[in-house]
Amino acid sequence: MGMPISLALRGRHAADDEGRAAWADVMAALRAFDRTFSTYRADSYVSRLGRGELALADCPPEVAEVVTLGEEAERDSDGAFSVWRTGPDGTTVFDPNGVVKGWAADRAATALRALDATDFCLSAGGDLVCRTLDPDAPPWRIGVEHPHDPGRLIAVVPVTTGAVATSGTAHRGRHLVDARTGLPPSGVASVTVVASSLTWADIDATAAYARGGDAARWLDARPGRAGLVVWADGSVTPVRGGATAVPSGA
Amino acid sequence: MLWFLTTVTIVVLLFGYSTSTSGPSAVGGHTSAIASGNPVSGGSSAGGGSTGPSSTGATVAGPTVPTQWGDVQVVITVDGSRITRVSVPVYPSGTGTDAQINGYALPILIKDTLDAQSANIDMITGATVTSEGYLQSLQGALDRAGL
Repeated sequence: MGMPISLALRGRHAADDEGRAAWADVMAALRAFDRTFSTYRADSYVSRLGRGELALADCPPEVAEVVTLGEEAERDSDGAFSVWRTGPDGTTVFDPNGVVKGWAADRAATALRALDATDFCLSAGGDLVCRTLDPDAPPWRIGVEHPHDPGRLIAVVPVTTGAVATSGTAHRGRHLVDARTGLPPSGVASVTVVASSLTWADIDATAAYARGGDAARWLDARPGRAGLVVWADGSVTPVRGGATAVPSGA
Repeated sequence: MLWFLTTVTIVVLLFGYSTSTSGPSAVGGHTSAIASGNPVSGGSSAGGGSTGPSSTGATVAGPTVPTQWGDVQVVITVDGSRITRVSVPVYPSGTGTDAQINGYALPILIKDTLDAQSANIDMITGATVTSEGYLQSLQGALDRAGL
């Protein structure tokens, strides 16, 4: 399975060598993070950490950073979100994937932030970080997939500078559970979060989703977040008015 | 004011986004890139709301790409720099789990490609996992169309 990484640039370096070099830097950073964090590469730091072959102190500092983020998210979500899960054999497994994707894309965007007079929108598997410097530029228009019919859009979120992430079950490969029960949450189909940081947009989308029927209320209490909760019955709850809902399919 | 907008997409295997059907053999280094550039007029939304895609464009077939589930081929219809239609004439026709997987993954991408353009959307949130064979063939079609 591949994860699509997309970058849109507009402005001074949208089509020159400097812009292309920044894109190459983004991909190099993502591949480096993958080598560290991948749970399917047996030789990654995270895999070796999980098997007890390495201590946290033996890993690059980014691993401790991600562990700390995971613990913070676990506390904030009252345990619904966790980077620790119970493996098939009953042992505890370190699984940082709920944190790493947004964090890595956020960090990889450093190369883009260095581009002067250039706006960007970077997507890592549907989680996005955007920047707009030009005050006359329109916001980036982010379509939110309908979790029951991912070919259709359920909303459009205009973002000048900020991040958007969505968690849900619309796609395979992400088996999100409420860490308190080990079971998939019920009642909620997807959660989209808009925040200033992609790291936290991604974490909060996953944490809110894991909380199931409590998703909108939990998200509403988070500082600086906006978003959209789509329920299992297809109804929608905008959170903090940050998302501009449009008729489905528009 | 006129911006030059460039969009690049690479499909890459990253992090733990494997599935139960995607074993270690799928872990490689496959990447494919989709690049396009078009000027975007400032101030108002480019392209307008109604698009009314007609079938006047050229049809370009991507390569047939073998995947772990079978062959996949994507065909696009291009009108200028716009994709107006995407079809998948060749896709795995297995039974049981395979059929479910393919019935699920392929239509999502077809509609995304069209809706994202017709709704004048820069990016989509929600698309976490996608079909490698689909994207590879789509890339081939885009290359052949000169997009």
